[in-house]
Amino acid sequence: MGSFCFHTSAVPSSHLLSGTDCTYGLGGLKLGNLRKIPFSRTHKASKVLAFYGLKKPPYKLDALEPYMSKRTLEMHWGELHRGYVEGLNKQLEQNDILYGYTMDELIKATYNNGNPLPEFNNAAQVWNHNFFWESMEPRGGDMPKLGLLDQIEKDFGSFTNFKEKFVDAALTLFGSGWVWLVLKRQERRLEVVKTSNAINPLVWNDIPIINLDVWEHAYYLDYKNDRAAYVKNFLDHLVSWDVATARMIRAEAFVNLGEPKIPVA
Amino acid sequence: MAAGSTAINFSTPCALFPCQPLSLGFSRSSFHRHQAAKNQNALEPHMSQETLSYHWGKHHRGYVENLNKQITGTELDGMLLEDIIFLTYNRGDILPPFNNAAQIWNHEFFWESMKPDGGGKPTGDLLELIKRDFGSIDTFMEEFRAAASTQFGSGWAWLAYKANRLDVGNAVNPSPADEDKKLVVVKSPNAVNPLVWDYYPLLVIDVWEHAYILDFEARRADYISIFMEKLVSWEAVGSRLEMAKAQAAERESEERRRQEEEEKNAGDAEAVEMYLDSNSDEPEAD
Repeated sequence: MGSFCFHTSAVPSSHLLSGTDCTYGLGGLKLGNLRKIPFSRTHKASKVLAFYGLKKPPYKLDALEPYMSKRTLEMHWGELHRGYVEGLNKQLEQNDILYGYTMDELIKATYNNGNPLPEFNNAAQVWNHNFFWESMEPRGGDMPKLGLLDQIEKDFGSFTNFKEKFVDAALTLFGSGWVWLVLKRQERRLEVVKTSNAINPLVWNDIPIINLDVWEHAYYLDYKNDRAAYVKNFLDHLVSWDVATARMIRAEAFVNLGEPKIPVA
Repeated sequence: MAAGSTAINFSTPCALFPCQPLSLGFSRSSFHRHQAAKNQNALEPHMSQETLSYHWGKHHRGYVENLNKQITGTELDGMLLEDIIFLTYNRGDILPPFNNAAQIWNHEFFWESMKPDGGGKPTGDLLELIKRDFGSIDTFMEEFRAAASTQFGSGWAWLAYKANRLDVGNAVNPSPADEDKKLVVVKSPNAVNPLVWDYYPLLVIDVWEHAYILDFEARRADYISIFMEKLVSWEAVGSRLEMAKAQAAERESEERRRQEEEEKNAGDAEAVEMYLDSNSDEPEAD
């Protein structure tokens, strides 16, 4: 989650870093920026810095209208999410120990077993927001199908019951936070959890399937204080069950959800 | 609310029209709910009518209604708001009414920390104490702004008068090493407020996003600046400081009286104590 760019330079040049769209193919690193540095400068390179880039949502900023406005996306992604990325990069500049971590590792490391380091909030929020944009799609909503639907019905009783639990979690979360559909590794089942501020289920080694941002900045411009309407529209019109299914498929490589058939002697 | 009901009343902000200044321990049932719709633009252009209509009209009102639902018929019904807050904070293991109760208190305090044509600089005793405890007004402003900007998630930033006993029964004191009777800047998450640390709040800024997002979108720093430059009521802060000092003085004299009494009683009991064997309480091991 979040993109990872290599950049070697003696002095971090802000024009090379800001707005860098560091999308990369599987296994490839975008080293195009290195060509812009005159060769003489690389001789003075004393530090390799790792940075994260602001990843764009997989749709245009007005694509989620009328359920999530372009204005909200511009503020939420363009200012706040970008702010977390830039804040994180600034912090990582000064922290050699955290160099080279992937986003998942960074979050677990900086969570520090419940005593979070300063980088945690930024790192987790970068991850949470990437996950959030990808948990939605234009003309989303409707229902999951086949395997994922089966699993939801198995773990919640029915899809309706899952939705009720999800809405309840969103409405009873006090302050800022997130609501998750998560695959619990130990229990080997799907559950709805709510977390405060920047916390996400990676820190408990669980596997998130979808999330919903219930920080006020996520919905206030469009819904004011009516969080219930926001959650309803998310479930009915925005959530991407296709993405959830893909995540679920991947999760099953790590969690055995089948009934173990232990032969009775 | 029915007359004679002990439910918490939904009071209107003093900034919007004249009413009694709020002091700690003032029973809420004496406030009446007025039609304040026409005064919600009193803080324009720095805090819009739209913000007031949601922040006061929906959020604050919601806390009052929800708390009344929670406490009606329970032992909390009829208690002073501050006592409800203290009880339900429960040393950090908060009980359900806490969020609503504390948010009511916080919002009332917030409205009264502002006034139309506010801003300017503190004066008098307040100014002296600020200079003494922060070095200068600018340093204080910087610290206050920093606390407000760095409160992650929802919460509040406070200027408070710290004159508590260092060992606070209800919670972990956030600044235990500091000497007593000084001004401090603190920030708190969600609904928590300095009453639970036995501090005396003097000024607060609401940094829940609903407080500024309609007027400033993501720019919390701009909101904080406008608050300090155009909205804050230093008169309110000053008068609260007087009350804080008075309370501290009262507690000190009570403390002294209690100590004198203890010494007197200890003196009477001395003769008896001399004959007690200090080991007599411990059973002989077999």
